[in-house]
Amino acid sequence: MDFASIIDAAFSNAFGPQAIVFALAAIGLNIHFGYTGLLNFGQAGFMAVGAYGLAVTVVKGDMPFWVGILVGCLMPILLALVLGVPTLRLRADYLAIVTIAAAEILRLVFGSVEMKSVFGGSNGLTGYNEVWNSLNPYSSGLDLGFASWGKNDLWSMTVGWTLVALFCLLTWALMRSPWGRVLRSIREDEDAVRSLGKNVFSYKMQALILGGFIGGVGGMFYAVKQASVVPSDYSTNLTFFAYTALLLGGAARVLGPVVGSMIFWFLISGLGEFFSQATSGVDPLFPNWFMTDIQASLVRYILMGLGLMLLMIFRPQGIFGDRREIAIDGR
Amino acid sequence: MRLPIAVLISAIFGGIAFLASPALADTTSPTPTPSASPTVNSEPVTGPAIRVRLLDQQGGKAGDNPPPVPGVTVTVSDSDGEIGSAVSNDMGVAVIAIPGTGRYRVTIDEDTLPAGVKLTGKQSLSVQVNLGTGANVAFPLNGKVVKVTPFSERLVDGIVGGIKYGLIIALAALGLSLVFGTTGLTNFAQGELVTFGAITAYIFNVIVGMPVIVAGILAVIAGGLFGWAQDRGLWRPLRHRGTGIIAMMIVSIGFGLVLRNLFQYFFTANTKSFNQYTSQRAHDFGMFDLTDKEIGIYVIAVATIGIVTFGLAKTRLGKAMRAVSDNPALSASSGMKVDGVISSVWILGTALSALAGVLLAVNSQINFMMGYQLLLMIFAATTLGGLGTIWGAVWGSLIIGVITEVGPLFGVPSSIKEVGALVVLILILLIRPQGILGHAQRVG
Repeated sequence: MDFASIIDAAFSNAFGPQAIVFALAAIGLNIHFGYTGLLNFGQAGFMAVGAYGLAVTVVKGDMPFWVGILVGCLMPILLALVLGVPTLRLRADYLAIVTIAAAEILRLVFGSVEMKSVFGGSNGLTGYNEVWNSLNPYSSGLDLGFASWGKNDLWSMTVGWTLVALFCLLTWALMRSPWGRVLRSIREDEDAVRSLGKNVFSYKMQALILGGFIGGVGGMFYAVKQASVVPSDYSTNLTFFAYTALLLGGAARVLGPVVGSMIFWFLISGLGEFFSQATSGVDPLFPNWFMTDIQASLVRYILMGLGLMLLMIFRPQGIFGDRREIAIDGR
Repeated sequence: MRLPIAVLISAIFGGIAFLASPALADTTSPTPTPSASPTVNSEPVTGPAIRVRLLDQQGGKAGDNPPPVPGVTVTVSDSDGEIGSAVSNDMGVAVIAIPGTGRYRVTIDEDTLPAGVKLTGKQSLSVQVNLGTGANVAFPLNGKVVKVTPFSERLVDGIVGGIKYGLIIALAALGLSLVFGTTGLTNFAQGELVTFGAITAYIFNVIVGMPVIVAGILAVIAGGLFGWAQDRGLWRPLRHRGTGIIAMMIVSIGFGLVLRNLFQYFFTANTKSFNQYTSQRAHDFGMFDLTDKEIGIYVIAVATIGIVTFGLAKTRLGKAMRAVSDNPALSASSGMKVDGVISSVWILGTALSALAGVLLAVNSQINFMMGYQLLLMIFAATTLGGLGTIWGAVWGSLIIGVITEVGPLFGVPSSIKEVGALVVLILILLIRPQGILGHAQRVG
């Protein structure tokens, strides 16, 4: 058992680009779910349109990288408008089902054989990353002993954590403004807010757009960080995992999604590495009849599912949350 | 006319053989002629390689000696991208060299399939190559005949297939709808209850060695027990704690994740079949064809839905279920045991979902993801019909099933035919937010 490599995997991922992707997605979800009470189960769809907006514009449209970034920013806003108009007037669970359906439609269309010429089919798109790579100021990686990253990861992390900080600042500023207070009141009691003369639909739409936009930036970051856009990355599981990260840290808290994503990736990578080591080698810790290496890769997801259940049952406010803030009920 | 014919694909590496089964079309000539002249990969490949073998099963009629399918391009890639591709030779074999052990994706280029042969299922599969260990992996590629048939016949064919698909969805949707009606929970683990039925039936059938029908009945009973255990062990304590609906919904997401990975842990990621009713010859009914097992699925599903809806309307327990669903507090004060009624709802709902899983497994094959892949269709069906309404779930399912199967005739790409149904769901919600049979409820 090589504990050093377990610790390295856990810390590298907790601060690495993958945690940033989840942090951005979860910050968006925090605005939807934590502050406004909107059950968006299609965050993966918002991320996918951001990523594909960038990749298709640059690769297929032959446009400059920055135009791609612009398109990638606009697409999630467009998606929020398209999804919001029919569903925001409905009960919370309708929004959940429509957003999950929309995200799945997008993933299927992006991965379809028929649309391969535009979206690259199941292999996705690559080759939009030159500008991104050329801006990389780092010439070598970094090894801190307990964590290590390559030079591309370092560049992604510099930009990524800056984005996370900016969006956290934005959330903090918005949520202490009168606008943010209206959002929270919508979460607590929509009808009361309406009776005070506020246009609830409009506020919900603004929240959906803002959260979706942050998710879309997360999707674009995902795309540049791994230099490829693959439809299977944007499955419903991505949304569920982002929710897990958000709830772990604590919904309706500015830093909740960020800390949640870091803990999520710390645990996922650490456990993954532990079980992978426990089942590999000549004389593994767990004998083969008990757990093979393929089964070992599943244990962390089983534990994560259990963790999500226990979290919601025993500490729904997460680590930093305030119990009064998440007493929402969709019925 | 539709004739399901399977092409057997086996990728062999060392002691490993991978099996599959997709499709062909031409009813007159059993051996399809390649569309392009096969550029046979004559270079001998030394070292590790994935050998893909394409055999035309002709819907199980080919017997022990199925003809090979030459001229098909097969591509192997890993997470970093494409490794190589090859064209199947006259023996139907394509050999692609690989760097070593690991996980690879084998993709068939559908455009190179001979005229008449078409894959409508997955066109690629993931292959784990482990040196030294021998393992057999089977995976399904459901095929459909593309023969020039009149539009009307294809439409009837699509509707007949869609109703079958819809009936299977309806069983699971009834389960979802009953639970939603009485407890308000949108159960994201519903798909796993479907998979549970299929895998339990597989255990009784293949591992214990019982006939499929007995195994199916036992799986439905096991489903009922599982539903009861779930309610007693998880959902009832949560209700008594006063856990909110949204929190319970997220608990069900976690529960689904646990179950799905447990299924994969014990059942593996391979797709397996029952040892009976795997391939049957279709009877010709003029406008459409049906195999015996498909007729069985129709009869069982229609009878079950009939009994359940009649029971809900007429029996004491059924009335109690509807009463609780209407107003739990009033039911309790009228002397009903609300918890007991909810328990029976869970038993009935999970048993119905398990039956859906068994029928789906008889219709095609068994995979740990089969229920999860159906989940969105179940959601779409119940939402379309009106959340919590019984007949709404049935009609919604039939509509979703038919749109899914008929969609490709109206321009929906056939590889993503589910998209048609989901788009229709969103469009109908625009016009009738409460669903087809739901009651209008003013929300904002």
